[in-house]
Amino acid sequence: MTKIENHNCVNCPVHNAGNLKKLGINMENFDFVVALAGNPNTGKSTVFNTLTGLRQHTGNWPGKTVTRAEGAFEYEGKKFKIVDLPGTYSLLSTSADEEVARDFLLFGQPDVTVIVVDSTRLERNLNLVLQIFEITDRIVLCLNLIDEAKRNGIYVDDRILSKQLGVPVIPTNARSGIGIDELTKMIFEVATGNYVCKPFRMKSDSQEFNKSIEEIVNLLAEEFPYLPNKRWVALRLLEGDQNIINSIRSGELGNIKLNSPTKLIEAENKI
Amino acid sequence: MSETSGRERIISKANKLRWEIGENLYDTLMESIYQNAKEIAEKAITFSDKKPPFSLDRTLDKILTSKYFGLPIMLIMLAIVFWLTIEGSNYPSSLLASVLVDYLHPLIKNFFNSLSFPLWLSGLLIDGAYLSTAWVVSVMLPPMAIFFPLFTLLEDFGYLPRVAFIMDALYRKAGAHGKQALTMAMGFGCNAAGVISTRIIDSPRERLIAIITNNFSLCNGRWPTQILIATIFIGGLAPAYLAGIYSAAAVIFITVLGIAFSLVVSLFLTKTFLKGEISAFSLELPPYRPPRILQTLYTSLIDRTIFVLWRAIVFAAPAGMLIWLVSNITVNDISLANHFIKFVNPFAFWFGLNGVIFLAYIIAIPANEIVIPTILMLTVSQLGLNQFGAGSGVLFELDSIEDTAQILVSSGWTLLTGINLMLFSLLHNPCSTTIYTIYKETKSWKWTAVSTFLPIVLGLIVTFLVTQIFYLVN
Repeated sequence: MTKIENHNCVNCPVHNAGNLKKLGINMENFDFVVALAGNPNTGKSTVFNTLTGLRQHTGNWPGKTVTRAEGAFEYEGKKFKIVDLPGTYSLLSTSADEEVARDFLLFGQPDVTVIVVDSTRLERNLNLVLQIFEITDRIVLCLNLIDEAKRNGIYVDDRILSKQLGVPVIPTNARSGIGIDELTKMIFEVATGNYVCKPFRMKSDSQEFNKSIEEIVNLLAEEFPYLPNKRWVALRLLEGDQNIINSIRSGELGNIKLNSPTKLIEAENKI
Repeated sequence: MSETSGRERIISKANKLRWEIGENLYDTLMESIYQNAKEIAEKAITFSDKKPPFSLDRTLDKILTSKYFGLPIMLIMLAIVFWLTIEGSNYPSSLLASVLVDYLHPLIKNFFNSLSFPLWLSGLLIDGAYLSTAWVVSVMLPPMAIFFPLFTLLEDFGYLPRVAFIMDALYRKAGAHGKQALTMAMGFGCNAAGVISTRIIDSPRERLIAIITNNFSLCNGRWPTQILIATIFIGGLAPAYLAGIYSAAAVIFITVLGIAFSLVVSLFLTKTFLKGEISAFSLELPPYRPPRILQTLYTSLIDRTIFVLWRAIVFAAPAGMLIWLVSNITVNDISLANHFIKFVNPFAFWFGLNGVIFLAYIIAIPANEIVIPTILMLTVSQLGLNQFGAGSGVLFELDSIEDTAQILVSSGWTLLTGINLMLFSLLHNPCSTTIYTIYKETKSWKWTAVSTFLPIVLGLIVTFLVTQIFYLVN
């Protein structure tokens, strides 16, 4: 928790100068794409505004963002395009706002996914976190609203959490800007590959379930060797997700193997 | 070919395994997610013993969402917001009008005349475009600048989801989705935004109901109309010190009527064209957060007030020119506007309205914001502009609500006209932006047409009934 002691340094303009540069909607020639995901009303849009300098309307109620918002920032000379996804409780249901989030994570292939969680409701938020872990490897967990948690007598140990999850965890309070600098730095580290995440994999008690997933993952590996999120695709196949079945049949799924911006744009146009 | 067969192999394997695992795959998956999440959270979280978490929140929620007090508290909150808006916008409105209309208008007009501009051009630009814009600014800006920040403060505090919680039971009884209450709340800001926000509803059936009924939430463009007309005609009934309360009560009545209509129409649709199951949902009540006053003032000013005002101005200038044109182009010595008004008046009489109001609603299809300025300009041009102005489609010296009242009354407006205008403002077609949004969201001309015409039909029925009852009683 030394980060909190640094508080004054973090807010000092000298400290930030030259590091974080807010680019607003100037999104040309970006080096990395960052997705912002999380449960509704955890402060995603506030984090988005703080990073980009934009002023997306924020409101204290779940479901305020139903479409994607995009912006950009620059850090250590690298340009990051950041996409604020609608808040969702899970990635398994069918409402239009959840599809926007899921399709972007799956087909948009962001370089880093920042999952914003509400510290006061960690357990419930982790349900979504674990689902996102199935889709992508490069994750930064933004443990937001720590002030509110503190006020309610809840202490979340970010180091234990990070160890458990295998991804970096940054405590923040985006409303007052606390932790944003660390968050930016960590996004940079994960995007450039300096920090390699080893996300926790869900374990099920059902052997039958685990075995089925494994079998399909192996088949997928033969057919689409570059597909990055085979476990998730296997899960969806077992569930009978028609979209996924179609994209396998057409071979479209094999196209999303590279992390290049052109692939990203192609995938975006499909959404 | 081998490629295709490899793909098919995956699909058939998955199909086979799906049968083996059986129906409880989803449950197994969710179970393991919950189990894992619980284990991880338990290791990372420690609770302090000092006070139970969320104690204040729980107490507040017990009161604000209570079965008996929830609804009355909601209405009182609304009442306070309207009352502050009505009381607060009176003076700045007249100040703006006196500067923009009384002082600047003749100045600009004289300046143009001194440059010997052709009369029709200065008429079109100054008496049309400038005046209607000036009117929109002075009528709309003060109520918006007070109403939106207050509304945003309630939103920031976390009250909106509580409203949804209170209304949920009602909406479910009407066969609609509980989240429809949230989309309705969004519609109070802007119906186009409200229609987009229905994406939070999973079931297509319930989403369609929410889209069709969103228009029953009074939007940005209609609040000022309601507030102004209520102030003139309802507030005018009361002694001066009670006028604000009377007017606020009238606006609340219309708001509640809108909610009632959304419930009745939802119920009607569920029983007829959109039958189906009601889906369950869980609504997370966010914690109360102390609103950030300054930031809220800033964002509500930029996001809402300036945005809406800009939209109003963009539409008001061309509308102003259109008004000037229809008031000045004559056929058989009578202006186009008067032809229409005279033609429609007998029909409008049945609904306790008049031709001016109908014409104004046609001109104002792109933006509800310009209804009142359009009505005023058309009324003045129709009156032949005795003491108020100096040419068709021109408006002068209306620097207070009293003057506005005077002009409306002198052209035959009564309490009935006021009431019916308020009703018709609630029950008429959505603005063109909203109509386009509905089409984009539903991809169906049929449902877009239903959403457009259903409110008009309802509006005509309601104003007709009110008028007939009014005549019977008097």
